[in-house]
Amino acid sequence: MSCIDQIEYEILLQGASFRESAEYIRSHFSEWHEVEPGYLLFGAHLIGVPPVVLGIEGEDVIFPYTKPCRGTFLLRARGPDEIARLRARKKKR
Amino acid sequence: MAIDTRDTPTALLLLGCPQVPVQTSVAVHLCDQLRERGIAPVIAGTGAARRLIEVADPKRHYIGEVIDLDLCIDQIAEKQRDFDLAFVFIHNDGGVSYAGTLSAISKARLVGIVYGEHADETAATITFPCEVVAVKATHNPMPLVVRLGKVLP
Repeated sequence: MSCIDQIEYEILLQGASFRESAEYIRSHFSEWHEVEPGYLLFGAHLIGVPPVVLGIEGEDVIFPYTKPCRGTFLLRARGPDEIARLRARKKKR
Repeated sequence: MAIDTRDTPTALLLLGCPQVPVQTSVAVHLCDQLRERGIAPVIAGTGAARRLIEVADPKRHYIGEVIDLDLCIDQIAEKQRDFDLAFVFIHNDGGVSYAGTLSAISKARLVGIVYGEHADETAATITFPCEVVAVKATHNPMPLVVRLGKVLP
C-alpha cells in the first residue's frame, strides 16, 4: 500500500484493532460499504479481515490502512471517484 | 539446494514485523523443511524482516526468493501469482489482517503461525478459514517448530 503516501489523509484512529476500526465506521457513519480484502482503493489493495468496511461522508472515504508493525490506522481522504465506484457496487447500507 | 520452481509446488512465507525473535529462525527452519519436501519457499516481508532473513542465510542454503510484502499482495490480488501453500507469521492484529487478506485473495492452503506473548488471544481473532498453529513462544522456537511439523504436507 505504498500509494497511500501519495494522497492527503487524516488519521481518525490509530492503535485500534482491525475489528474495532470496522465497528467505528459502522457506528459513526451513516453510509458504509463492505468489500473483500484486496479491494483496490486509491491505487492500493486493502489489507484486512473480511469483510472490510469502508465509510463515506460527503466527498470523503473512511478506510482502514494496516501496517505490519504498527497495526491498523483508520484514515479519511477525499475521493469522489472512489465513492462513485463504491456506490456502483451492490449497496450494503 | 536449488529448486526448479517452474513445476514444483510453492509455499509463501509471509513475515510480519520482526519484533518477536522466533520469527526469523522459524522461517529459515520452515524453508528447510519445505525444501526437504520438494516445495519451493518464497518469502515476503517488510524490509527489516527480509534483511534479518537474508543476513541469517547469506548463501541462501535454505531461503529462496525473497520479495517485498506489498508487491507480493499486489501480485496475488491482481491474479498474477499464487501459491500452493501460504504460511502467515502472526504476532499482532496486523498479522491477522494479512492472513485475512490472503484468505480472500489466494487459493493457497492457508496456515497461520501465531506466536508471541498473546498467542492465544490473537489466535481467537482469526474468524476466517485458516489452519492455526498457536504457541506462546517469544525466544524459544522449538515448541513452534514441533507444532509446525505436524501440519506440513
